[in-house]
Amino acid sequence: MLSLKHLSKTYADGTRALSDITLTVHEGEIVALIGGSGCGKTTLLRLIAGLDRESAGRIRLDGEVLSGPHPAVGIVFQEPRLLPWLTVFENIAFGLDGVSAAEKNARVSHALEKIGLSEHANRWPRDLSGGQQQRVSIARAFVTNPKVLLLDEPFSALDAFTRASLHEHLLGLWEETRPTVVLVTHDVQEAVTLADRAVVMQPKPGRIFDELPLTLARPRDRTGLPFESSVRRILTALDHSLKAPQEQPQRERDRQAAALWW
Amino acid sequence: MTSSRESAVSGNAETVAWSSQEGAAALAAPDFAEKRRAFDGRILLGFLLPIAIALLWEAAVYFGLSQGRLIPPPSRILATLEALAKTGELWAHSWMTLWRVLTGFAIGAVAGIVLGTLSGSSRTIRQFLDPTLQALRAIPSIAWVPLFILWLGIFEASKVALIAVGVFFPVYLGIAGAILSLDRKLVEVGHVFRLSRLQLARRILLPAVLPEAVIALRSGLGLGFMFVVAAEFMGASEGLGYLLVDGQQMGKPDQIVAAIIAFALLGKIADSLLVVASMPLVRWQDTVRERL
Repeated sequence: MLSLKHLSKTYADGTRALSDITLTVHEGEIVALIGGSGCGKTTLLRLIAGLDRESAGRIRLDGEVLSGPHPAVGIVFQEPRLLPWLTVFENIAFGLDGVSAAEKNARVSHALEKIGLSEHANRWPRDLSGGQQQRVSIARAFVTNPKVLLLDEPFSALDAFTRASLHEHLLGLWEETRPTVVLVTHDVQEAVTLADRAVVMQPKPGRIFDELPLTLARPRDRTGLPFESSVRRILTALDHSLKAPQEQPQRERDRQAAALWW
Repeated sequence: MTSSRESAVSGNAETVAWSSQEGAAALAAPDFAEKRRAFDGRILLGFLLPIAIALLWEAAVYFGLSQGRLIPPPSRILATLEALAKTGELWAHSWMTLWRVLTGFAIGAVAGIVLGTLSGSSRTIRQFLDPTLQALRAIPSIAWVPLFILWLGIFEASKVALIAVGVFFPVYLGIAGAILSLDRKLVEVGHVFRLSRLQLARRILLPAVLPEAVIALRSGLGLGFMFVVAAEFMGASEGLGYLLVDGQQMGKPDQIVAAIIAFALLGKIADSLLVVASMPLVRWQDTVRERL
């Protein structure tokens, strides 16, 4: 269980990027952090990954306080960030340092198969398309079997078709070990496709505005009515979060009650 | 030295442009055989102009349009080269020059790599070291010659020192610049996988810096050949530079041109060897190499 308690981040120049974030993510849960630009989504992820230090508050993973990068926490960045001098295989194996050669081989081969790039194992990253590179980057994070996987808008630079196929690849990998996933996105459809819960954030300073459970059955039908209404609920919450920064959020419970009334 | 730095920088820009082009072209599956053929054709095209000029000059001298005394025709230059090779002089002089360049290059390159690495990786060391080195760099290297001769004598030591100084600056600048321009995003990947400082240097810093380091070493080697001529001008009884001076004093232009050709070949061979030796290390971006 990943728990964030009263987390704040103030940069050296006085900018308050995050203020009093409290959030609990259960084991195996996929949580989407969603919100307009500048609301601190990426900052929050970097704090969990240990790439930046929090100004106040605590991050705990199964009771252990996280300070700095942790072996059980993996991250996929917005860009693939593959090392151009390593082949696809070596890139995926990058984090498998203490693992025996046979085990490494097996794990990487399996991951390559899962992302459908087995025949590209010995090519350089520059020979791959953007979507393929991002798949390699996801595989690199998965092979270390992290308990928590952080995804920082990993599909934002891709076209809609590539994105949809990457969603499937991601869920395919996730099914195997079911890590806890925190996904940052600004794409509402993506949040509804992947997440069990959407956390809507609000800018200046970044804070949590509302949480919406997404209880649709998997695999999710993107054309169905429940999908559509979930998307609409998130969009409404986003709208509120941007329009009325000081106003108390209308709670999800009230809205569900309203829906029942209808 | 400024120009060599600039060429390194523009080479870098080319790298970036080319790799993105390459990324786009990857889907189109380029026909390698076709690429190779076009490449060879262009090389042959480059030979056309010098060969034409050589043949024209040869004909002009042959038909008596020119005496060819101050500008010897190609046949006489070849004959001189052959004669020098037969007596063994050519090899002795070439070997001497090569030895000086390589010794000076080794000293200058090692110093450049060490100080460049220090200056590139630590802000404190950079602030301490860099201003002094930049000030020294502003001195034309040839200006050191009188001092070096006073300090080290007129024999090998002063010559090697001059070459080492010439090699040092482009290597130092290239290495420090390459480390400073290292992509923070890739370093973060290392942090995420909790690499130690040493592992970070070996697994991310070193490979990322290598292509630019090779370019820095190549421009250093080029300058080494430039300075060996200067060094051998200032008083030597052996070396290709001596052949040049001797040719001038004895009025033998064919010997001068022969020595120049020997210099060109030697420099090109040394540069190619450096390229071939570094090829396996920078194979991941070898498309760039074809363009440089």
